[in-house]
This record gives sequence, C-alpha cells and structure tokens, in this order.
Amino acid sequence: MKEAWRGITSMTIGGVLIAALVGIVSYAIWTLPAQSVGLADAAAAELERSGVSNPVTSVLLNYRAYDTLLEITVLWLAVLAAMVLVGGWSTGVGQISETQNPVLRGLVRLLTPLMILISGYLLWVGGHAPGGAFQAGAVLGSAGVLLVLAGVDWTRKVPPWGERVLLTMGLTTFMIVGLGDMLLQGVFLEYPPEYAKWLILVIEAPSGLSIAAALIALFLGGRLRCRHMMSDQMSDEGV
Amino acid sequence: MDAEWAMTGLIMVPLAAAIVVYVTATRFVAAWGVAVAMIQTGLTFWLTRSILQSGPVQVPLGGWEAPLGIPLYADGISVLMLIMTTLVGATSTCYAAAYFSALQHDPRRSSSQPTIQTFWPLWLILWSALNALFLSADVFNLYVTLELITISAVALIGLAGKAQALVAAIRYLFAALMGSLFYLLGVALLYSTYGTVSWHLLAETVQADVLTWCAASLMIIGLLLKTALFPLHFWLPAAHANAPAPVSGLLSGLVLKASFFMILRLWFYVFHPVMPVSAGWMLSVLGSAAILWGSIQAIRQQRVKLMIAYSTVAQVGYLFLVFGLACEPMGMLAWRGTAYLAFAHACAKAAAFMVAGSLMYMVGSDLLDRWEGIGRREPKLIFALALAGVSLMGLPPSAGFIAKWLLLNAAIGNGRWEVAAVIVLGGLLAAVYMFRIIGVSLSSAVPMPETMPIPRMMRWAPLVLAMVVIVGGIVTTEPIRLLEIGAPPIAAREVAP
Amino acid sequence: MTYATLYAICGVVLFGIGFYGTVFCRHLIRKVMAVNLMGAGVFLVMIALAARTPSGAPDPVPHAMVLTGIVVAVSATALMLALIRRLHHQTGLTELPEQMEH
Repeated sequence: MKEAWRGITSMTIGGVLIAALVGIVSYAIWTLPAQSVGLADAAAAELERSGVSNPVTSVLLNYRAYDTLLEITVLWLAVLAAMVLVGGWSTGVGQISETQNPVLRGLVRLLTPLMILISGYLLWVGGHAPGGAFQAGAVLGSAGVLLVLAGVDWTRKVPPWGERVLLTMGLTTFMIVGLGDMLLQGVFLEYPPEYAKWLILVIEAPSGLSIAAALIALFLGGRLRCRHMMSDQMSDEGV
Repeated sequence: MDAEWAMTGLIMVPLAAAIVVYVTATRFVAAWGVAVAMIQTGLTFWLTRSILQSGPVQVPLGGWEAPLGIPLYADGISVLMLIMTTLVGATSTCYAAAYFSALQHDPRRSSSQPTIQTFWPLWLILWSALNALFLSADVFNLYVTLELITISAVALIGLAGKAQALVAAIRYLFAALMGSLFYLLGVALLYSTYGTVSWHLLAETVQADVLTWCAASLMIIGLLLKTALFPLHFWLPAAHANAPAPVSGLLSGLVLKASFFMILRLWFYVFHPVMPVSAGWMLSVLGSAAILWGSIQAIRQQRVKLMIAYSTVAQVGYLFLVFGLACEPMGMLAWRGTAYLAFAHACAKAAAFMVAGSLMYMVGSDLLDRWEGIGRREPKLIFALALAGVSLMGLPPSAGFIAKWLLLNAAIGNGRWEVAAVIVLGGLLAAVYMFRIIGVSLSSAVPMPETMPIPRMMRWAPLVLAMVVIVGGIVTTEPIRLLEIGAPPIAAREVAP
Repeated sequence: MTYATLYAICGVVLFGIGFYGTVFCRHLIRKVMAVNLMGAGVFLVMIALAARTPSGAPDPVPHAMVLTGIVVAVSATALMLALIRRLHHQTGLTELPEQMEH
C-alpha cells in the first residue's frame, strides 16, 4: 500500500511540475513575434551558388553539409552498436519468412520494382523539389525490409565485405569529396560552384544506398546477413 | 599547411580510420588505433602551436560563413580540451590494445566478453565526435556531435555484455536522450528568436527576455543531466563502474567533459550577461552538494570501480563552483581553475580507472577485500593510483592542486568562506577514500589464488597518464597562457549592475 | 495567435507528455515510445516556427535540422531497442530493476 501511495504521489508531483514546464515554454513561444524571416532569405540569396534549387537540399548538402556527414555517421554507428549488442540475431524475421504467404509474395513482387524506381526518382528530384538521399534511402530500405518479410531471402546473397562496403560507401564518398574540395578550394566540403550540382549527386547516390542498407540492417538486428533461427551463441552467457 | 588542416584532421582522421578498420576487418586493428593516436598527437601539437602564435581560429566549413554555414572554432579552452582528449585517448588506445589482446587469451573469458574488432570502430567514432564537439561553433552541430558521443558511449558500455552493464547502459541512454531533447528544444527556441545557431552571433544579439531565459534553462538542464550534476547523477555510478576497463576511463575522463564544456561555452560565452546571479549560485550549491554526497558515497562503497565512479560525481561538483564564483570580482581565477580542473580530472580519473581495470583483470574482481596486499605485487600500478589520488585530493604537486588552488583563491578573494570550506572538505574526503584503497592494497600480502599476469602496457599506460597530472602541476604557465586566448568576457560582468 | 504558434504549443505539450512517459512508464518499450514522442514534439516546434516567414515559403534551415534530427532519433531508437532486446534475451526483464548498482 505504502509503495503504491508513494508512486501516486511522485507521479502527481511530477505531472504538476511537467505541466508547469509546458506552461512556461508555451508562454515563451506565445511571446514570439508572429513573423520572422530566420535564414530563409539568406538561404534563398545563395541558392544560385549552391548547385541545387531545392532550398532544403541546399541546406542539407551544401550550407550545412557537415551536419549531414555527421548524421550519416550516426546511422552507421547505430548499426555498429546493434551489431555489437544483438549480433544479427533476429527471431521474429525468421518466423515470418517461413510462413511464405502467397498474397504477400505477389504484392511484394509488384511493389519492389516500383519502390526501387520511386527511390531513384526521389534521389534525382531532390535537386529541385522535395526529395533527396534520405527519402530515397527510406523507400529503398522499406523495399528491402518488405522483401525479407515476404520470405525472399536476398540478404543471404550479400557477401560479408559487400555488407560492410554498402553500409559505409555513403560516408566514404562524402569524406573523399570533402577532402578533395579541401585540396582544391582550401576548405573542407567547399564545392567548386560549377561542379556543386554533380558533387551533391555524387554524394547523394551512395548515401541513399548506405542509408537504405543501414535501415535494413537495423531492422535485422545490426547485420544485413541475418541468421534465421535464434542461435544458441548468446544463451550461454552469465547473468 | 595551417590550423584548418589540423582542425579538420582531428575530426576526420579517427573517422576515416574507423571506416578502414571496419571495412577491411583487419587483424591489425590495434596497430591502426596506435597510428591514429600518433597522428592525433601530432595534429594537436600543431594546432596548439598555431593557436599560441596567432590566436583563435575560425574555419567556415563548406566556405559558408555563419549564420548559413557551420564554422569550426578553436580557442584556448577548446585546445586545452583537445589536448586532454588526445592524452587520455592515446593512452587509452594503448591500454585497450593490450587489454583486448590479453582478453583473447584469458581462460576465464566467456562469449559475452568484448572482442577487439567491435571496440575499435566505436572508440574511433567516439574520438572523432569528441574532437568535433570541442571544435564546433554551432549549437545545432553541437547537438549532433553530442548524440554521436552518447550513442558510441552507450554501445561501449554494452560491450561488457553483463546484465548489470546492460541495465546501466539503458538507464544512461534514457537519461542522455532526455537531456539531448531538452537541449534541442532550447536550440529550437533560440533559433526561432534570433534566426541563428552560431554561438558567436547569438552572443552578440542575446537579450534578457522570457524566451531566452527559457531556452537557456532548457539547454542547461539537458546538459546537466548529461554531466550528472547532483541530483541528476543517478545513472552515472553504475554506467561508469560496469563498463569494460578501457571504457570507464574514457567515460569519466572525456565523455562527461564534453557536455560540461558545452555548459561552459553557453554560459560564459553566450548567456552570461543575461543570466541572473542566483542561477549561477544555484549551480554552485548543487556542485557543493555533489562534492559532499559523491565523496561520502565513494567512502561507503565496497567495489573499487564504484568508488572511483562516485568520486567522479564529487569531482563534477567542483566543476560547477565556477558558476557562482564567476559572478564576483575574482571570477576569472575561478574560470581558469575550472578549465584546468576539467583537464586534471580527466587525466587523473582515466589513470585511476585504468589501474582499477588492470588489477581487476589480474584478480578477477574489483571488491576491495580481494585487493589485500595487491600493492606489493604491483607497485607500479599502486604508485600510479597514488599519483592520480594526489591530484584528486588536490595536493601539490599536481594539476588538480593548481586548479583547486585557483578555485580556493577565487572563493576566499570573494569572501565566500563556505565555498572555500567545501573545497577543502572535499579534498579531505577524497583523501579518505583514496587512502582506503591504497591502505588495503599495501597491507601485508595474503596469498592470492590464480591471478592473471598483467600485460606490460596495462601497467605503463596509467603510469604515463598519472605522470602527466604531476607534470601539469609543475609546468603551469603554458596552460594558463593557453586559457587566456579567447577567454570569455567575465570581467565585463563586474561593471553591469 | 497564429496557426504556427498553435502548432508549436502542441509540440511543447507533446514534449511534456513524452517527458512524463519517459520518467514514469515502467515498461521499457513504453519508455522508448515516450522518448520518441518527446522528439516528435521538438520537431513539431521547429517545423511550426519555421512557417512564420512573411513570404509564406517556409524557412529551409529548420527543415534540414529536423531531417538531421529524425535520423539521429532513428539511430537512438535502434540502439535503445537493441539494448532492450539483449537485456530481455539475457534476463527476461522488460523493466529496469529498482537498484542494480552494486
């Protein structure tokens, strides 16, 4: 009884404190002026030189490209961490794959080529309209996950080195381009304006593939090549 | 060849090495790690020389100046933090190389224990992210680097594989993510008010209004959670004590300093003119509480690694005394002392954790009772622990002494006797727990059943780091001169009402 | 009061709900969801406040930041889930034990 009361008291006090926090922050937002330019004009003014005409892409891959480089690193890091912790062991997937639902298979057979096409389109269109490597990677990644769920065991065919190259090719390209720029222009990631469009595409294409591979690998527990049945390797560990 | 190559290199070299090590799955990972350590040492030396000669450097990445782009920025304090990272990182690298190769031949080894291949990419990414954080001049970029640090740190704790370590890692991860999201909400508010995320530009335009105050509080609270200031330290002892031996030192020495460095940056370079004095004193009061609470908990522990982890809670408390003291005339002294203490603590604490890790490897346990007489068999390690302890207690000659002396001078100079008392009392309590470990380990030897031989590098790495702490207490003019470069305008505060 | 501020305040409320859940929910998967709710709240604040430009075309910089933030959130969520699965597999726990420090 005493435990329960303590729980309720702390939850009530916590709730009131959090409500107060929300109230104060909301009031602060209320005091903001109704209009603000932010960096919209500054970003638009340099759009000509950025090599793309979609402002969000220009921020992601030109003005703040360094953030994006680190963010691709974060995704790879998550795969590494999942690999360390789970080691590609994945029970759920194994079970689903064995059911081999014919309707799902048929649907996936229809959808997969379409999704690959759409992801290519998204990658290209990112230069002048909403889209880009992340959207393309997400669509491609979900196509890969769907295939696994439908029992198409395509990830088995990826060799170990292929998996590692796939996961890091985006980051590697990004760094090579950045260092190349540094040799030419003197500053890391400073694209020569006339090549900016192509360099951005050169970065985006492998990045999209890497992002897709990372998302699939995260779904499969840190490895593209998952072992199907729960292996006994991890069950003999001390607690 | 100038400073911008050194700055870019400090971030990109470990990252590139992480990719190479991962993709090639080479057997010679440790060699790559040591090579990176050597390159980083060279680059840090080069950058330090360049900063000492020509002052702070700013590099607009991608050729875009703030507010549109992200600049890298190096001044005295960031270079001091980089030197700290390089020293602790390089010694930890050598230590880890020996530790993991020894572990492979360990008959007690179970499959849950970490392997060498998984450690290196994670650690190299962590190294790169730490350098990126210390060099960033953009509050949103700081968020991304902070997340890189958190995720790699948590994964490194998870390497230990035991249930205790997993629970500690999960608790740490939730705390750290909450902290990051508080910080990010603060960044969102700042951007919507001032239209920039460069802290240089924010410093120029910052005003005292509800929104700024709100944003600053959210950011600082989030970072306090990550820095484990009392009473937000609940996650720290278990996480730091249960991590693998080479990782504990990195966590206590470097990862905590990353979020603390951000608080220091934001507080003294951006928000100082608009923060109320009482807010600064509130942090100092929490810091004092942390010193007393952490020290007393450290004394009560039975496991050595937990003792050292609680000692971190206490030492973090010292770092927060500056926020109150800087509001008063002797503020500059406190600022210097705190920056130097961050450096001293990193080296001393990493050395202490390495010693604990080596002895734990030897005996198979870090229970203090099992360490009776261990000092007679491993005098070098206990000597290193004693040297680190000298710095943690704040005794001369050590970097910790210089730092605490500066803090003490600031406290007494401002007439803050209660702060001075806490500083001295914290040192005495540190002496109690350090002497307890050393006393037990030097007691008359009990015959020890089945101990493992310690690789030579696992003796030398902590000793070298402990020597650095002592040298840092003798050679002090250079570090202090370094801290003068780009020092924050604390003095300006004295004129303001 | 504009739509932008209304959405932004919604974001703050979501953040608060997520924060409450992260602190008080016991089950680890709920905690993961709560952390993601906090993140979604922050992203909503950023997106809403980016729409306040006079021209009506939103400010692209917060949009790019949110994209970065989403990827970071995905990575952090993946790590949380990996840790939780490992813990569950090893000990059968779905909640954090009260005290496991010593």
